[in-house]
Amino acid sequence: MTKQINIKKGLNINLQGAAAKERATASYTPLYAVSPIDFHGLLPKVVVKEGDPVKAGTPLVIDKKFPEINFVSPVSGVVKSIVRGEKRKLLHVVVAADTKTEYVTFPKRNPLEMTGAEVKEALATAGLWPFIKRRPYDLVANPDAKPKSIFVQGFDSAPLAPDYAFVLKGHAAEIQTGLDALTRLTEGQVYVCLPAENAAPELEKAQHVEFVRLKGPHPAGNVGVAINHVDPVNKGETVWTVNALDLVFFGRLFNQGIVDLTRLVALAGPAVYQPAYYSCKPGIALSALVEGNVHKEIPLRYINGNPLSGERVEKDGFLGFYNSQVTVLHEGSDVHELLGWVMPRLNMFSNSRTYFSFLIDKLMPKRQYDADTRVLGGERALIMSGEYDKVFPMDILPERLVRACIVKDLEDMEALGIYEVAPEDFALCEYVCTSKIEVQKVVREALDLLKAENGED
Amino acid sequence: MLDKIKPTFSEGGRLSMLRSVFDGFETFLFVPNTTSKSGTHIHDSVDSKRVMFWVVLALVPAMLMGMYNTGYQHYLVTGQSVGFFQTFFWGLLAVLPCIIVSYVVGLTIEFAVAQAKGEEIHEGFLVSGLLIPLIMPVNTPLWMVAVATAFSVVFVKEIFGGTGFNVLNVALGARIFLFFSYPSKMSGDSVWIAVRDYFGFGKAQATVDTFTGATPLGQAAASVGADSMTLTNAVGDPLSWWDMFLGLIPGSIGETSTLAIVLGGLFLICTGVASWKIVVSVFGGGAIMALILNAFAVNPYMAMPFWEHWCLGGFAFGAFFMATDPVTAARTEAGKWIYGLLIGMLAILYRVINPAYPEGMMLAILLMNIFAKLIDYCVVQRNIKKRMKRAQVAIKK
Repeated sequence: MTKQINIKKGLNINLQGAAAKERATASYTPLYAVSPIDFHGLLPKVVVKEGDPVKAGTPLVIDKKFPEINFVSPVSGVVKSIVRGEKRKLLHVVVAADTKTEYVTFPKRNPLEMTGAEVKEALATAGLWPFIKRRPYDLVANPDAKPKSIFVQGFDSAPLAPDYAFVLKGHAAEIQTGLDALTRLTEGQVYVCLPAENAAPELEKAQHVEFVRLKGPHPAGNVGVAINHVDPVNKGETVWTVNALDLVFFGRLFNQGIVDLTRLVALAGPAVYQPAYYSCKPGIALSALVEGNVHKEIPLRYINGNPLSGERVEKDGFLGFYNSQVTVLHEGSDVHELLGWVMPRLNMFSNSRTYFSFLIDKLMPKRQYDADTRVLGGERALIMSGEYDKVFPMDILPERLVRACIVKDLEDMEALGIYEVAPEDFALCEYVCTSKIEVQKVVREALDLLKAENGED
Repeated sequence: MLDKIKPTFSEGGRLSMLRSVFDGFETFLFVPNTTSKSGTHIHDSVDSKRVMFWVVLALVPAMLMGMYNTGYQHYLVTGQSVGFFQTFFWGLLAVLPCIIVSYVVGLTIEFAVAQAKGEEIHEGFLVSGLLIPLIMPVNTPLWMVAVATAFSVVFVKEIFGGTGFNVLNVALGARIFLFFSYPSKMSGDSVWIAVRDYFGFGKAQATVDTFTGATPLGQAAASVGADSMTLTNAVGDPLSWWDMFLGLIPGSIGETSTLAIVLGGLFLICTGVASWKIVVSVFGGGAIMALILNAFAVNPYMAMPFWEHWCLGGFAFGAFFMATDPVTAARTEAGKWIYGLLIGMLAILYRVINPAYPEGMMLAILLMNIFAKLIDYCVVQRNIKKRMKRAQVAIKK
């Protein structure tokens, strides 16, 4: 059975530099890292020492709260360094990779013949558990929880996002195995969210799951929107979310008995010469993707993920654990724009009709915009009303919820639906905000506070 | 160049006490090149400077028309016949000092507060500073404009936390302060038409015998109890609806010309700065109340048709520029309809039923400013109740 959801609210930001549907080869790098900073709220404990030999699938880090959850090495080689930041915060465990990858072997099994507990154990041991996230709180799933349903993100509507139909091509068997594994983890339904058009056929043909078709602008692809429409999270309930691209890893584990995290990553953005898809593994040194493919002289912003909700990363940093997209933008710190606030700015995009982009886009729907990382205004109190509402397609009053989060009113947050949202759902609100409020940060902090107050793990 | 002198104004620099002022001018001239630190990496090109400036742009037609009308009324009652430009120029001379005083006083306070708080200068007063003179009678003494502006900026806005936190509309705060403190200077027959001479322009003495400076609404209020009502201009000629629409009638500086207000107002609605829902519902509310009063008319004022109500007094100006202030209006979409509707209805009710206050728009908007939060509360409760109900069903399962 397929549920149809039409979304009117939202915003597509048409940026330059979408990845061309061709495979490019990353230049060779021996450096890979597992970065605990990719996992919000993780209390990491390193279980290897510098110089230890590791295989692809050997645990490098565990979660102190849930020691059964491993964070494993994506490659085989030698632990090169353990990088710590301020207050000895663990940033990266860096592995120098061998030229040929050796894999830790796991038993090949059919997840449909396993119990939920066995699937959990298999995923946690192989380091794949962190791919399952949870609502509320948008964190790595608590393995002890009983989710009422699991949502699979089957497309990405964010600016410059990878095309799932292209990335998942030829992975039908792995995806089906991955979905079968998910069905063992919940007593409820597994929902696969698909776009109205150009869905990945590998997902469309999947069995044992229900489908949700979402039509409309970004954030239609965010699982949060589907959850809100199909099976909203009430206080005390849990829903898990998984990205369809990561199901391939689940499938490889059960079908082939190895942890092979090879994936296609879209390198995109206005600052990239030749945007394309790179076959690589999470944790790869970013320079292997971008070297020689971006401007050298001007300051650039490297982002693990999309420009709206991705994480900033330095050029000598590493590809994030969850990311199938790397975006490179012009930083814009070298731009001095005279009287920009009153100029027509015909080449700049805005959701506000004080600019002409709404007219120009009607005439030229394929027009693409450059965008740099300037905030383009000072932070103010919330002045304009109804702005967030226009880009927030859930049955939630976004402005009220954000206000409750700002003043840390837990009771109001709960009443207004904080359990149903993740910071990424507010990325567009933050983008359009005239007062330049850091909405995602506000929501993240509110979720952390709520979790601490509720005393949950 | 700005980068070179920046250290002087930075923390610890020689002129650090003017830091906010420097920062204000710098961001006015150049778009700040600060980039996002966390969260969304790209941002919409819109910012509060642009939004506020768009409102100021939208006020320009009303301001120019107000200047022309000030001159027009002057030459009408002094019995002179002069050309278009001289008429406008006289109005400019009469109105400009008012605008300058409002901006100088208000911005000085804003700059000082921003410096004391260590914040950037907020742009809110760009709009309030022009609204305040436009809703004053032209004969308001400049010192009163200054006092009212200072009162409003400090006690209506800053003590609540500044732009974005005020409960009442700042410009109306200034007007109501004068309205109740100096009623003789804010209403009556003598405050609406300037009779002065500026450097030899204009005359200090009205020469027309039948000079009545009352606004049409003042006349209407005074007519209650009479059998019939004829609204006239300052020299006693009857007014047509077109006179009211074009705005060649006595009244506060910027509020008379409905045509100019609608022009600016439509600009605001098209650019999405003002909420069309509020504007439509204010006019709708006004029409509904006027029709109700028409149905029960016992005096000629109650029988006044709604299209005349729309064009008289501050109704149109309030609907487009005051009621739509997003900070003081209802913020939920459903709330905006209720909020606007009540403003329109109350404004007409005040006008017609309470002759002590010939103009009800100011009071209606201020009252609904206070109730806006309550309206929002009710709308939000609906969403909350729905979620509660869903949660309870889930628990039962």
